[in-house]
Amino acid sequence: MHCQAPSIKAEDLDALDRRLIDSYQRGLPVCTRPFHTIAERLGSSEEEVLARLERLQAMGVLSRVGPVFDHARAGASLLAAVAVPEAERDAFAELINAAPGVNHNYAREEPAREHGYNLWFVMTAPDEPELEARLDDLERRLGVPILRLPMLEGYHIDLSFPIPWAELERA
Amino acid sequence: MKTTDDLSLAATGATLSTPSSEAERRLRGLLEQGLPITSRPWRTLAEQAGMAEGQVMACVRRWQADGMIKRLGLVVKHRRLGIQANAMVVWDVPDERVAEVGRRLAREMAVTLCYRRPRRLPDWPYNLFSMIHGTHRQRVLSELDAIVQRQGLEALEHRALFSTHAYRQCGGRYVREEAS
Repeated sequence: MHCQAPSIKAEDLDALDRRLIDSYQRGLPVCTRPFHTIAERLGSSEEEVLARLERLQAMGVLSRVGPVFDHARAGASLLAAVAVPEAERDAFAELINAAPGVNHNYAREEPAREHGYNLWFVMTAPDEPELEARLDDLERRLGVPILRLPMLEGYHIDLSFPIPWAELERA
Repeated sequence: MKTTDDLSLAATGATLSTPSSEAERRLRGLLEQGLPITSRPWRTLAEQAGMAEGQVMACVRRWQADGMIKRLGLVVKHRRLGIQANAMVVWDVPDERVAEVGRRLAREMAVTLCYRRPRRLPDWPYNLFSMIHGTHRQRVLSELDAIVQRQGLEALEHRALFSTHAYRQCGGRYVREEAS
């Protein structure tokens, strides 16, 4: 959640860290000792893998180890946006973060500034009626209309893209 | 031959009966926070959810098979690694072409998410959303140019909205919280 912390240097992650990240953004084995299985495949030990994962989590490189649920099946969610004065953006963002079910909240800028939507967030809820109720409630608190953009069709939904290690080292 | 799963079931004396929906709901809530980083994470989760270890693994496999779980593994915070630039590129695509263009964009390596969403006229004319991540804004923009050329999308109105600040970035929490 502390996204403004300075980035980790790619050099701080050694070959084993990188292989863990490169190999296991998906396909974590579902067996009694998954980290033992991973260690065997990577030629390491279970203790070492557990220690690496603990460290990567503590560094904030990993938000967690676990499943990513399909939004559409796991409950209700939608992308929402509001247009607020830039000077008051932080205060509006705080109100949004305080609402139940908000899991992403970004300031975005659009160079041409033609539409003014500068806060974008994802609202989630157990079901559609609850989602609408949460948005209606938040809309009252914010006092500005919320642009509601539910997903109609997904063509590609996967954030487990390859990490450009070499490019990060040059940065 | 007995698998380790069979052995663990035998050890806990549990059978693979279907856990209660209440226990499954608890398990979902626990999984959304991630696995404990321990030698036997499923056992820990099983204890917390009131299930057997074998039932937890069976549940996870079922959710993987039916698509409820999209992937299982390390969830990376790209920003923390220095992949700081991310553009939400929004497109205004004629309705009859949106599925075709969406699938084209999805084929591009740099495009990590691609959805169709409704227009909200007159405020919002864009109906296709794609996400492009990169180390720097300029790299993301040149990648976008390359995609437009490769896929022949020059005629489509589009905008790149770069994130300038992340107020929150975390996994979904869909399970209803206990009344407190």
